[in-house]
Amino acid sequence: MIEQNLARLVQEAAGRYGDGKETPVVMVGAATCGRAAGALAVLDAVSQTVQRLGLPAEVREVGCLGHCYAEPLLVVAKPGWPAVAYGYVDEGTAGRIVEDFLVNDDPCIEFALAALEPNELIPTFADFARGACEQKVVLEKCGLIDPQNIDHYLATGGYAALARSLMQEPEAVLEEIVRSGLRGRGGAGFPTGRKWQTCREAEGEIKYLICNADEGDPGAFMDRTILESNPHLLLEGMVIAAHAIGATQGYIYVRAEYPLAVQRLQTAIKQARSKGLLGEDILGSGFGFDIAVFQGSGAFVCGEETALIASLEGEPGLPRVRPPFPAQAGLWGRPTVINNVKTLSYVPHIISKGADWFRSLGSEQSPGTAIFALAGKVVNTGLAEVPMSTTLRQLIFEVGSGIANGRQFKAVQIGGPSGGCLPEEVLDTPIDFDSLRQAGAMMGSGGLVVLDQDDCMVEIARFFLDFTRQESCGKCTFCRLGTEQMVRILDRITRGQGRPEDLDLLENLARSVQAGSLCNLGRTAPNPVLSTLRYFRHEYEAHIKEKRCPSLMCKDLIAYYILPDKCERSCDACVGSCPVEAIANNEDRIKVIDQAKCVKCDSCRVACPPQYSAVVKLSPPDAVPGGGGVK
Amino acid sequence: MQLTAEEKQLAVETARRVAASHRPGKGSLIPVLQEIQADLGYVPAVAMQEVAQLLNVPAVDVYAVVTFYNQFRLTPPGRRQVKVCMGTACHMKGGQIILESWERRLNIKVGETTPDREYSLERVACVGCCTMAPVVLVNEEVHAKVTPTRVDGLLFAHQLAKEQVEGGKAIEQGGND
Repeated sequence: MIEQNLARLVQEAAGRYGDGKETPVVMVGAATCGRAAGALAVLDAVSQTVQRLGLPAEVREVGCLGHCYAEPLLVVAKPGWPAVAYGYVDEGTAGRIVEDFLVNDDPCIEFALAALEPNELIPTFADFARGACEQKVVLEKCGLIDPQNIDHYLATGGYAALARSLMQEPEAVLEEIVRSGLRGRGGAGFPTGRKWQTCREAEGEIKYLICNADEGDPGAFMDRTILESNPHLLLEGMVIAAHAIGATQGYIYVRAEYPLAVQRLQTAIKQARSKGLLGEDILGSGFGFDIAVFQGSGAFVCGEETALIASLEGEPGLPRVRPPFPAQAGLWGRPTVINNVKTLSYVPHIISKGADWFRSLGSEQSPGTAIFALAGKVVNTGLAEVPMSTTLRQLIFEVGSGIANGRQFKAVQIGGPSGGCLPEEVLDTPIDFDSLRQAGAMMGSGGLVVLDQDDCMVEIARFFLDFTRQESCGKCTFCRLGTEQMVRILDRITRGQGRPEDLDLLENLARSVQAGSLCNLGRTAPNPVLSTLRYFRHEYEAHIKEKRCPSLMCKDLIAYYILPDKCERSCDACVGSCPVEAIANNEDRIKVIDQAKCVKCDSCRVACPPQYSAVVKLSPPDAVPGGGGVK
Repeated sequence: MQLTAEEKQLAVETARRVAASHRPGKGSLIPVLQEIQADLGYVPAVAMQEVAQLLNVPAVDVYAVVTFYNQFRLTPPGRRQVKVCMGTACHMKGGQIILESWERRLNIKVGETTPDREYSLERVACVGCCTMAPVVLVNEEVHAKVTPTRVDGLLFAHQLAKEQVEGGKAIEQGGND
């Protein structure tokens, strides 16, 4: 019955789904990242070209392929040809590619990023260093199917795992997840199966399942990409999970800052309901489960389970003491499982391919893959999915292609604001929950920001601490006041007013905040300070003892200066770029910066033509010849 | 910021309309407030009082929720809401400099609205466009890789668009005479 119902849906879907084997399909990546790069204009140009030429091609708006560095992205699948992805396209090139490829059989290799399947013409993503590291499970279909069309998901094997699990006893499904060793991808890595088991065994008729999509980490965008690129994968995982734990109602708690994700989720839920994949009597199995979207209102602490529940209940998001754990008494006092977007997205894959397959990826203690959002000073920013136990070095230098602009690697910030900064020496650490914690960072939700020689570690620590200070809910004294004091000290140091005893004080405070906080927001808040003190103590010392910022980043400790012998007198680029008219000619027509007016916005340095490179930053500010110390 | 009588009236009406489509009780509180803010752009005190009554939630709890979450505004936003992303990647690539550029040009501090209510300036934690840092949102439109000169450019473009609209109106009015 269940099988037949699904087979019918798949058959209907297949008739409406084009995969480029019969008619050409042109796909434009239009997730939030793509849109920021201009994907909607490209989409428009593609549609117009197809229309103008009267081509029998399908134009499809898809999510993100993960190669965000090259956005906007275009994929053309044409019968008889390998599907090809093009990067850095604009309206003009997009129109040209469509016309040349679809009409004239010229795949425009000069614009191609890579092919999606092996062929003799164009290398595939797997042929690059990046491809050798990557292994896509959750991201497999992202950027290749229309997230707003359930037919695409169904026709490519979607919801098969759901049908399979509905034909099994809930205990068997649960057992499979326990055996897979799946650990929560929200950050802490708690065994998912054990959480489910606790909830299943808890007493009560009514149980809830919540998907935590409140991705609040600055620097993380994996959840957003999954929601925008393949929302049905999450829905399928949720129904399977609900079946396993016996939940009847589900919520997706998604941040309101992700309007596109919210919209695509709502569309997906409606479609799943209309096909009988959500709601009462799913696929004729007798099991009923429905999902509502709840928009978070911008509070980082609501990523914490108990705070998230408080928020759903209409309260300020204050965490509470555990136990009881939410799996025992959660939303409205009822047993509740809360899982991250990624955790739930692995579930359909584990059900259809088995626990042993999942265990074969990654490491013994951390099986599966890890999804990272690569950002910062790395060449290839974007999303990457690699097996656990891949090293940080591989991730940064192979997947990310190393540091941009020929700069030097300095540190990698991993695990969001409560993670840590790791230096070159620990780059060979395999990525898994336990190794990272040992190195002084944490897995977190997967934000990875690469820092180079121009980034000041003291300033980074201050930035993160300032973030957690602002986001602290204020319930615990140490978290509320301890972080405040630490920010003040760090602030002082970055302004060149640090005192030698500050470092001990910082360390002391950090330990106290860790010990005196109720939830993980407070307990992990000092991580950036502790890890930078551990690995980059010399930078703190330079700020305190020499009033100097070695990375030339801290505004109060630097000054801009135009090297007279490099300044091309007839060029006015810097003068024009200065927003506060702080640059003028001296009697020799050499440009001079008025230090009292300068707002240190960096415009002049960027504007100065590279062949002159006359604008430099100096630290300390009084290193500027002739009274640069003026403030 | 002083609200006009019409604005207060509109706030009360909006609160009533939104609350009517939800069940009373705390569980509806956040969605109701979000809808009000989506309509009005902010949640003024009069709307909070109305919501408290209609949902049967103590007014102090409504206030606690509105002030706890970053998303809610207590004062009207500008016609153009400028949001500067302050996520990690944006910070590392000069988000602060961009924020300062807006402050300097608009002559307001972050969190404020210009007296003509044309612009309001906010900082947001992270909009998830880290690969495009530094990022600025003007209303819902994302601007990637922003520089101080780009800030000037955006302002200039807004100015032009505004003049065009006003010019159009003037011509229309002239034609009517």
